[in-house]
Amino acid sequence: MTKWLVSTALALSLASPAVAADYQPDPNAKPGGSITITYKDDVATLDPAIGYDWQNWSMIKSIFDGLMDYVPGTTELRPGLADSYEISPDGTTFTFKLRPGVKFHNGREMTAEDVKYSLDRVTSPATQSPGAGFFASIKGYDQMMDGSATSLAGVTVVDPLTVRVELSRPDATFLHVMALNFASVVPREAVEAAGGDFGKQPVGTGAYKLAEWTLGQKLVFEKNADYWREGVPYLDSIVFEVGQEPIVALLRLQKGEVDVPGDGIPPAKFVEVMGDPAQAARVVEGGQLHTGYITLNVTVPPLDKPEVRKAINMAINKERITQIINGRAKPATQPLPPSMPGYTEGYAGYPFDVEGAKKLLADAGLADGFETELFVMNTDPNPRIAQAIQQDLAAIGVKASIQSLAQANVIEAGGAGTAPMIWSGGMAWIADFPDPSNFYGPILGCSGAAEGGWNWAKYCNKALDAKATEADSITDPAKTEERMKLWSDVYMGVMEDAPWVPVFNEQRYTMKSERMGGADALYVDPVSIPVNYDYVYVK
Amino acid sequence: MAVYLARRLGQAALILLGVSFITFFLLYVLPADPVRQIAGRSATAATVESIRRQLGLDQPFLVQYWHYLTGLLQGDLGRSYLQKTEVASLIASRLPATLQLMAGGIVCELVLGLGMGIAAALLRGRATDQVLMMTSFVTVSAPQFVVSLLLLYVFAVQLGWFPIGGYGTFAHLVLPAVTLGIIGSGWYSRMMRSSMIDVLRADYIRTARAKGLSRTRVVLRHAVPNAILPVIAMIGIDIGIFMGGIVVVESVFGWPGIGQLAWQAIQRVDIPIIMGVTLVSACAIVLGNLVADLVAPLIDPRIRLR
Repeated sequence: MTKWLVSTALALSLASPAVAADYQPDPNAKPGGSITITYKDDVATLDPAIGYDWQNWSMIKSIFDGLMDYVPGTTELRPGLADSYEISPDGTTFTFKLRPGVKFHNGREMTAEDVKYSLDRVTSPATQSPGAGFFASIKGYDQMMDGSATSLAGVTVVDPLTVRVELSRPDATFLHVMALNFASVVPREAVEAAGGDFGKQPVGTGAYKLAEWTLGQKLVFEKNADYWREGVPYLDSIVFEVGQEPIVALLRLQKGEVDVPGDGIPPAKFVEVMGDPAQAARVVEGGQLHTGYITLNVTVPPLDKPEVRKAINMAINKERITQIINGRAKPATQPLPPSMPGYTEGYAGYPFDVEGAKKLLADAGLADGFETELFVMNTDPNPRIAQAIQQDLAAIGVKASIQSLAQANVIEAGGAGTAPMIWSGGMAWIADFPDPSNFYGPILGCSGAAEGGWNWAKYCNKALDAKATEADSITDPAKTEERMKLWSDVYMGVMEDAPWVPVFNEQRYTMKSERMGGADALYVDPVSIPVNYDYVYVK
Repeated sequence: MAVYLARRLGQAALILLGVSFITFFLLYVLPADPVRQIAGRSATAATVESIRRQLGLDQPFLVQYWHYLTGLLQGDLGRSYLQKTEVASLIASRLPATLQLMAGGIVCELVLGLGMGIAAALLRGRATDQVLMMTSFVTVSAPQFVVSLLLLYVFAVQLGWFPIGGYGTFAHLVLPAVTLGIIGSGWYSRMMRSSMIDVLRADYIRTARAKGLSRTRVVLRHAVPNAILPVIAMIGIDIGIFMGGIVVVESVFGWPGIGQLAWQAIQRVDIPIIMGVTLVSACAIVLGNLVADLVAPLIDPRIRLR
């Protein structure tokens, strides 16, 4: 066993090569006040094992805590409910020392038993957690899945403040997994008392507690006065109003009735808002771990030929597509977004070259082009983007007919492998955690290529899969650079096979009212999406 | 009467059964997998199959339907796939808002529609009539979404007379109810106009005028009450179309009713909620029709229930 890590240095070096300190509280921040946030869609659940939506992701982060957490506004790990942790030299045993004296909202002290219970719960098939798969590296996961065990063999309570997690294979991303909402610590008695609907009666250790929930109308979060982190949160309460059209939310923001429209600036209003200096001043822009792409189904001829897929890559005018969404994105060269570790700097991607694309098609024996189908989700701006793609393809003789469908139907066609091409807009990959491995397995790896998986290109390169596994076996933080090099190689290998056309990386634009304080990074937090509620304040 | 009522209730039960079967079947053949929505994008095939088995979605269609139906007969609408909350409580928490909006909307469409229809009939063939009928044509054809946003923009944002969406006070109700009223008024104004014209041609109106009653008195005491009854009886039949408008209006005004609930459930293939809302709406329509038929003989003694 190696030394105890009382500092955050290891955690940080794992997350990113940059060395960063923990969050420095804003000296101007002052406690008090209440803010109003709106969302279009209702909040389905606040159960951390279930919630996986845009609107409930950061709400859950504010009600619950996991053993690990991120420095606000960044992608750097820091300890959460874990006071410290120790990793065995082979990278398969994690021992977490818990922070003493942390209380759940019901007043009971949190212990290692709760950590074990929470991990057992999220991996239990009966919970039906969409995040269960993230815990696959924990010993005993398979037995949980097939129902032969009701408790993870790899999770052991050593003493009330120590919990040991053994993995069946080294997993460099494990600390990130422990920072996911799905790994939040929940009290057993509250889950059982809720009778199957813990999501409507959540009890956690987080900065806020749920004070009131009028179904379909609003939720009120109240400051947790006993919160274990010093000095936060600042706000006394947050009111979330749901069922509000983004355009209505914007109008209400202009009248001072809303502090943050949670769904952002409606596309139709974007130019108007950015053109008005008073409004533009209240917009915060930030990157996000997102890539919009076209999948090229490698099992559907003639897309099974790499030259054809490369030709399509060269035919797409990415600049023009970013203009369709008013420049709210940057053209992409590769699957990973630029702010993700492992991104290959200096790689320019396939050039936009219509003649070159035509030549590649001719070489593949398709000088006259071919007919295919492009599936797309039917909400603006996606059909317009699909039309641009259609025109670009027409320029090299490829006739693509557009299938504009509801989201669930596109996902179904993608999973079944019946869609030759899919524009990912509205369903694109946003990273669950800031690590390159999260962009591979489900969407580009062999496991995701199975029937019903999210690898809609049905692309499976066993050599790259092996390399990905190798990369994730490197758990020594000192070898982070080597690991990132491997990941960079994996994605360059993907580009060589061209199962995707990476089109753009979307920027995020959050608008806030004049009275909102706190660093801009908190409003475009890469992890607490869309806003880090724990650290913002009212001026 | 008792026999009639029993037969109608029996028919209503059969209709609801049919609605439940057809909706369930459509959701079954829909090329979208609810399990995928629950399992999320990172799920493995094993997780997906486990969820499918737990929800009984691996069973043949008729077995699934039978399970749903037996639950339904015991008053169990099931639990939402994604929220895990009981559908009955989700609907119950939203029904008052929808009923309130329906009541407001019906009052508005009747006041607007009947008023316009009466005015048009009395001024038949003149410019006012033509303007009113043109208006009714526009309101019938106007997209609900556009009318909603227009009213919201003018009266809430620009003039600030009403709150910008939301729910709670009477002021919140006005704009969504008026929107529904405007959308529905065209239909009623056209029916009212033709009904009025028929009545005004009737012998008893001529008699009333001949015995020296004033025109106002004839219109108010004899023509309107006779012309209005068949139109009012149409409300029950109109409820189906009305419910469709509610979905859009609720969405724009942030009105927390079952329309919004249904809309979001459809996006995510949350079958228990879709089924629940469909059945509740079907109940409203069936009841509306039944009440319309029961009321008809009270309004017009020439109609007899058999």
